[in-house]
Amino acid sequence: MAVMTAPGTTYETVIGLEVHVQLLTRSKMFCGCSADYFAAPPNTHVCPVCLGLPGVLPVINRAAVEAAMMTALALGCTIQPDNKFDRKNYFYPDLPKGYQISQYDLPLAVNGALEFAVGGETRRAGITRVHMEEDTGKNLHATDPATGAGYSLVDLNRAGVPLLEIVGEPDLRSPEEARAYLTTMRQLLRFLGVSTGNMEEGALRCDINVSLRPAGSGAFGAKVEIKNVNSFRAVERALVYEVERQRRVLDAGGAIPQETRGWSEERGQTLGQRSKEVATDYRYFPEPDLPPLKMDPAWIERVRGRMAELPRARRARFVADYGLREADAALLTESRAVADYFEATLDGDRRPERARLAANWITGDLFAATPDREALGDSPLTPARLRGLLDLLDAGRINRTTAKQVFNELLARPDEDAAAIVERLGLGQVSDDAAIRATVGRVLAENPKPVADFLSGKAAAKGRLVGATMKALGGRGDVAVVNRLLDEELARQRGG
Amino acid sequence: MALTDEQVEYVATLARLGLSDEERARLREQLSSILGHIDRLRELDTSAIPPTAQVIPLDPVLRDDIARPSLTLEQVLANAPRSENGFIRVNAILDEE
Repeated sequence: MAVMTAPGTTYETVIGLEVHVQLLTRSKMFCGCSADYFAAPPNTHVCPVCLGLPGVLPVINRAAVEAAMMTALALGCTIQPDNKFDRKNYFYPDLPKGYQISQYDLPLAVNGALEFAVGGETRRAGITRVHMEEDTGKNLHATDPATGAGYSLVDLNRAGVPLLEIVGEPDLRSPEEARAYLTTMRQLLRFLGVSTGNMEEGALRCDINVSLRPAGSGAFGAKVEIKNVNSFRAVERALVYEVERQRRVLDAGGAIPQETRGWSEERGQTLGQRSKEVATDYRYFPEPDLPPLKMDPAWIERVRGRMAELPRARRARFVADYGLREADAALLTESRAVADYFEATLDGDRRPERARLAANWITGDLFAATPDREALGDSPLTPARLRGLLDLLDAGRINRTTAKQVFNELLARPDEDAAAIVERLGLGQVSDDAAIRATVGRVLAENPKPVADFLSGKAAAKGRLVGATMKALGGRGDVAVVNRLLDEELARQRGG
Repeated sequence: MALTDEQVEYVATLARLGLSDEERARLREQLSSILGHIDRLRELDTSAIPPTAQVIPLDPVLRDDIARPSLTLEQVLANAPRSENGFIRVNAILDEE
């Protein structure tokens, strides 16, 4: 029954996401073709199995199943002891077999949840199911220059790449939550190392289901599915647009039909898609070429034992083991690449002061120099070379000012380590008493005004003298020694 | 279990088959007879039998994740009616992803 609404009605937004994840395996789901299709020339990663030639049989990729199991376990799902594959039948040029091998009524795993943070609060959304399937090929569209007629080009390199579908419960209540859910999902996938999670490259795809209902109502409104949402920003934008569109229709006394809409990035709108003449009917039936998959509990436990540490656990360990502040631990565990870089820099060093120093350099200068955090592992400034810089700082061989200079040199010259750079540029810290005392003497003679100010009781005037001394030392002076000697010389002038 | 013409037409549409009136009538008869045969299974009491998706008593053999060489491009395109720059060329796909 349609719910009668009037202008001014407060609505609750109900959102559920279906996420498709390409699993990061070397070979495809059911054949030995390379799954690394991204830069490959068209139709060069294709064999009789993924081409759907008669008489061939699929063979399941163990690594793909284990990556799927890890993801399901990380989402707190129950892995079902009996799994089977089914055929989802439909005709499309990018689906050479005429069916997709998927899982229908006995999926890999069910009943999980994902926790994520929005505006400092922890939220939890249910996961209905996680199932395995294979990807389709890719279509390109072209126009015949002679006739102006459109046609399509098919590349089957992607056909058969292992895919995971993660169906979420309609537990999300705002576009912001949907985005946070998806971002957290990607973080989890990347920590597990099961997917690149790259939305722009299609390794992570998302269909959105969204409806509105009067606040307080327990019933769901007709759900609209939004497709073609290819970035995190688009997920939020498409939802903001669609929620507003539905609200206006409802406020005007209209009804929302259940339909599929496509997101248009250029127009910033969701657009109704041409409805098909025949209702979707996939005629699922059990895949006769694959016996049911028994999930042996011992196998599940082995896979669980190999799982990488998840973001929350790692964050807690950073606080407990290295004495990091919560905020630093959170920043360092936003991405696995960063967390790995941090621990590689420490290389087993558990001193809290070293951890803090490493955290400051990584989240400060290194982040500024590396906008793409995921690329940190490829930075010319390797963890070992950053450690060299921290060692020099710790040993008092350079000060903070020159350390920045050394840092920039480390980025620019991948073959030189910090010690060699300090040597070459003569950046070694001056902490020799005699040399600094001579400079201090000269600075005091050249700056009678601040000296007089200081001696008449203006303590702040000393700062200018420290600065002038450091400048005279080319920024390389040991600040502690400079301070001590300045104090001594000033005390002498006061006394004398 | 007699099928209607509409049901036969629906199945034919899903299978992308165009049927003549004569073919539709013949297939309606044959499909009805097949379904009638399967209907007899309902007479059995299966309440104590677990659902079965596969009758071969085998566990699947899993494969190690090793990439092997694929077909050559010439082999892949050998059966394609039309191709262009390594792609398989097909009629325009309208309601694209």
